[in-house]
Amino acid sequence: MMNPMIEMNNISLRFGGNQALDDVSVNLYPGEVVGLLGHNGAGKSTLIKVLSGAYQADSGEIKIEGKHVEIKSPQDSQRHGVETIYQTLALADNLDAVANVFLGREKVSGIVLSEDEMEVEARKVLDRLRVKIPSLRVPVQNMSGGQRQTVAIARAVYFKAKVLIMDEPTAALGPEETSKVSELIAALKAEGVGIFLISHDLHDVFDLADRCTVMKNGKVVGTVNTKDVTQDLVLGMIIGGVMPNVPNAT
Amino acid sequence: MQNAQTNRPKSLLASLGVDIQLLTLILALVAVWVGFQIWSGGIFLSPRNLWTLTAQTAVVGIMVGGMVLVIVARQIDLGVGSVLGFTAMIMAVLQASAPMGLNLPWVLAMLVGIAVGVLIGAFNGYLSAFWGVPAFVVTLAGMLVFRNGTFSVSSFTIAPLDPTFQILGGGINGSIGELWTWVFGIAASLLVVWQTITGRTRRQKNGFDVRPMWSEALVLGVTVALILAFAAVMNSYPIPGTGIDNIPAVASGMPVPTLIALAVLGYLNWMTRATRFGRYIFAIGGNPEAANLAGINVKMMMVYIFALMGFLTAIAAAVQAARLNSATPTVGRDLELTVIAGAVIGGTVLSGGSGTILGAALGALLMSSLENGLGLVGVRTEQQKIYLGIVLLVAVLWNVISTRRKGGR
Repeated sequence: MMNPMIEMNNISLRFGGNQALDDVSVNLYPGEVVGLLGHNGAGKSTLIKVLSGAYQADSGEIKIEGKHVEIKSPQDSQRHGVETIYQTLALADNLDAVANVFLGREKVSGIVLSEDEMEVEARKVLDRLRVKIPSLRVPVQNMSGGQRQTVAIARAVYFKAKVLIMDEPTAALGPEETSKVSELIAALKAEGVGIFLISHDLHDVFDLADRCTVMKNGKVVGTVNTKDVTQDLVLGMIIGGVMPNVPNAT
Repeated sequence: MQNAQTNRPKSLLASLGVDIQLLTLILALVAVWVGFQIWSGGIFLSPRNLWTLTAQTAVVGIMVGGMVLVIVARQIDLGVGSVLGFTAMIMAVLQASAPMGLNLPWVLAMLVGIAVGVLIGAFNGYLSAFWGVPAFVVTLAGMLVFRNGTFSVSSFTIAPLDPTFQILGGGINGSIGELWTWVFGIAASLLVVWQTITGRTRRQKNGFDVRPMWSEALVLGVTVALILAFAAVMNSYPIPGTGIDNIPAVASGMPVPTLIALAVLGYLNWMTRATRFGRYIFAIGGNPEAANLAGINVKMMMVYIFALMGFLTAIAAAVQAARLNSATPTVGRDLELTVIAGAVIGGTVLSGGSGTILGAALGALLMSSLENGLGLVGVRTEQQKIYLGIVLLVAVLWNVISTRRKGGR
């Protein structure tokens, strides 16, 4: 058995009177897709923001490739190869695709932005994702939901993510674009990238995830292998917090 | 390559690569100039008045670029008029009327004023970014505090100022002369030509889309012609007292304040397009949360942006004081509104994320053209503000309409 790429052990986080995360533990192996499921407010996004450096846990431990790490900022997380694609699409709408792919990590020569070099690189990575975007030099607000999502994914892929966190990656997309994103996820998985997939769409998760971790009220209900369970059983976990009686469930 | 650009047929304007909004602004400016030329009976477009106009625009021109950056980052600075008054008064008092007669050399006095401007700006940014006080409130408070602070430093006019300092204002001896005006014009033209050619070659080398040769040449030609025409006009205004009786005319050349304003605007234009700092300001304006998640230190950026605004305000204060050869406690009153109006007329969107330095420079020029022209045809100062207000309103309305048509927010 390989070692987990990511281990989050006993993570707790309190916002004022609200226990957003209560002793949560999850892990992720290379080339694996783990679905994080739960109602709104179950703590999925909060958990993921602890890993991506947007929030800091009150207690608990994060290990990446077996080593204890301190993640105090998004940069710390990125430095460890964890890239996040946020639900709200963390793109600056007024900037073009090239600027968004490189936002915060621009290529410069001296103090001058190397625009052409970045454009060439951005095209390469989008070609690799087999996505067609007619012009990389128009503001991303003029692009379709699928194109925008691709820019966000290109950002993660370019910087060689070992772990990708995708928060509701298909929420804003049409059916065709959704299947495109599913293809991308499968391709990244084949390259050995570990993926946390957060979604409220059970169907999506069942197609893509190897394991599902269900959360409720800031706690983990349990983790099951997708192939061992039915959608109804997982729904029972989400709504009722009931652990199904299946093998390998924890 | 899948993401190679397709060569769709383009409209004339699109292949010229000229922004519609910018073009509208230029046309508006031309209309205003022609209108005043007729109304004033041929005085408005005389070299003498154009020379005065560029000097008058300098103070707002120096500040307007900073205001664009502030507004693009979703902030506002209402305090710039008062801070200009405050720093101008400090510079004047320290060089001409310091306590116990310990007058400082003008350079030191100016540096102290600039330092004060930067500190005030940084403090504004700090309060709004780190403590969450809206910039509107912080700078509104600053507007009150520093206007009355100016009266506290001196409640009466400080004059005269150091003769060398006065050069900054473009008064007597305050122009760079015929030779240097041509040097400036030719250097600026060469810079534009060089940038266009190297940019084009580089894009072609990388296989990117380039504009058609004729359109590139046309835009370049018009730009260079405008620069050289500007230099020629500045040189056709003789220094007052020359060119009459038997004294040979000596060309005045570009006023020093105009040179300062152009240098500031040119630098800011380059900075917003070509550096990380500029890129981050726009990213923050587009989506502050995204900027933060991308690792941009949004709070410190706010401090820097406001500090830059303070710096530019203090530079403008030096120019204004030098122009007037004095500092009065009311200098710079209402100026924040002119600066904000210039930025907004120039296409800066008040909700942030969008704006250009070039547009704002033209916006500032439009505002001061109106002020100058209305004064020239004898409209009283109080009534001028009515026209300026109406123009601002129409410009913002036009802004909103064209943004909506483009499908933006």
